[in-house]
Amino acid sequence: MSSEQDRDIIICRCEDITEREVRECIRRHGLTTVDEVRKILRAGMGLCQGKTCSALVRRILAEETGKKAEDIGLPSARQPAKPVEFGIFLQEGDR
Amino acid sequence: MKYDAIIIGGGIIGASIAYNLTKQGMRSVAVFEKNYISSGSTGRCGGGIRQQWASPENCKLAVKSVHLFEKLDQELGFDTEYYQGGYLLLAFTDEEVEQFRKNVVMQQGAGVPVRLIGVDEVAAKFPFLDTSDLKAAAHCRTDGHINPMLVNQAYADAAKRNGADIHLFTEVVRIVRDRDRINSVITADVRTFETGVLINAGGGFSAEVAAMAGITIPTRPQRHEILITEPLEKFMDPMVIDFHHHIYFRQTKHGSVVMGYGDPHEPYTHNIQGSLEFLKTMSLMITKVVPAMKKVKIVRQWAGLYNMSPDAQPILGKVPGVSNYYQAVGFSGHGLMLAPAVAELMAELIVTGRTSMDISDLSIDRFAGRTEFKLEKAVV
Ligand SMILES: Cc1cc2nc3c(=O)[nH]c(=O)nc-3n(C[C@H](O)[C@H](O)[C@H](O)COP(=O)(O)OP(=O)(O)OC[C@H]3O[C@@H](n4cnc5c(N)ncnc54)[C@H](O)[C@@H]3O)c2cc1C
Ligand code: FES
Repeated sequence: MSSEQDRDIIICRCEDITEREVRECIRRHGLTTVDEVRKILRAGMGLCQGKTCSALVRRILAEETGKKAEDIGLPSARQPAKPVEFGIFLQEGDR
Repeated sequence: MKYDAIIIGGGIIGASIAYNLTKQGMRSVAVFEKNYISSGSTGRCGGGIRQQWASPENCKLAVKSVHLFEKLDQELGFDTEYYQGGYLLLAFTDEEVEQFRKNVVMQQGAGVPVRLIGVDEVAAKFPFLDTSDLKAAAHCRTDGHINPMLVNQAYADAAKRNGADIHLFTEVVRIVRDRDRINSVITADVRTFETGVLINAGGGFSAEVAAMAGITIPTRPQRHEILITEPLEKFMDPMVIDFHHHIYFRQTKHGSVVMGYGDPHEPYTHNIQGSLEFLKTMSLMITKVVPAMKKVKIVRQWAGLYNMSPDAQPILGKVPGVSNYYQAVGFSGHGLMLAPAVAELMAELIVTGRTSMDISDLSIDRFAGRTEFKLEKAVV
């Protein structure tokens, strides 16, 4: 995953963010957690809420910081679990 | 280890004060943040920047902030997504229109380019709004919004470049005070740092930080809930605030719409759980004001703390009886937009003992011996 020519592979598909961008962001701001990368780069803020990319971001963080991946926490689950329309929450009469 | 200044809190207030202290020549400055940059209220907030306030003190600070925001990306070398798309305040009752009329006169006097506009103009310019019950609106074109996480990081990075130490994941658990002087702080990992001055920028935990120094302050935390939608084609420029339905919303650069509802009955606690009740109320309110939202999807909900003060205005400066303690707390839901001005003025106060704009009205002395306060009303 980390050889130079592979760095343009997409890490976050929802937000179209590459491995190179993730690494640069971590280095530029000295980041150590998945949450920080999520907030600054949007990797993990997409429609799937990071279900696909959080573990990949964590692996890159582990490489960049020299920590074990297991020692880097994953963000807690976010509500709602799947995107839902506002209309769902309205009473019959207001729909 | 000894610093000239220690700041507790790495939110927008702590980070911007750190940057301004280094900019104004202070050598050794440190920020202690128990989590990471923007993990507190700042990273959870709505990102709105407005100058339309009901109190002249808030107006003055907000106008100064906007002048600073306009140059901030260049100064800090960061794209913070600052966008001057304006801010639209909606009035649904005659009472609100009357209040807006008075506010607009005061605001124009403070240099805010704001005007009251009629329903026809609102309908023509902002066709996404349901204007059937609307009476009027106030619009200011130099208001706008920003990405809170990015501007927080921008200040922290710039402070660091200027030599400040930013201690992340480092909680301050004790403050050592000897009579009228604070000597040092002790962190959760049991390290001691001596300091020349201490600055409380603890956000929703400001009262707890003050208490560690034996100081009692009248700030209280209050949960505010917020959500974000799927990205949409760009359809709105201004941030919209509606005191009648207690909501605000804006479209981010990314296309998603961020919106919040301020529950007037929310108790004072540190709870930041998102609730189903909020989703129901928010859905009802937003679809009244923007009917096309019915079909739009909510992607994520969360909550953060307002740090409320008794009059919903910030508490800035020193406190009686402690010579080297400063605070910038109690922002009551508008600390992001005031940060650039507040940070510059706080740094002046700390470095030179005086400020280029009078902020003495916002010191804690205003509460001495009083139990009733004139509330800043323009708050959701
Ligand atoms: C839902 C919501 C919407 C909002 N919308 C807007 C808006 O549109 N515009 C606007 O201007 N404002 C808005 N606000 C308000 C704004 O978020 C706050 O006023 C602002 O972020 C306050 O910044 P701060 O730095 O004081 O607080 P915070 O960002 O909370 O920073 C304080 C930091 O101190 C740290 N800390 C506390 N105690 C300790 C300790 N003992 N040791 C180490 N660290 C400690 C915390 O971890 C925290 O990171 C909103 C707030 C919420 C919750
Ligand atoms: S892949 Fe990153 S948020 Fe979905």
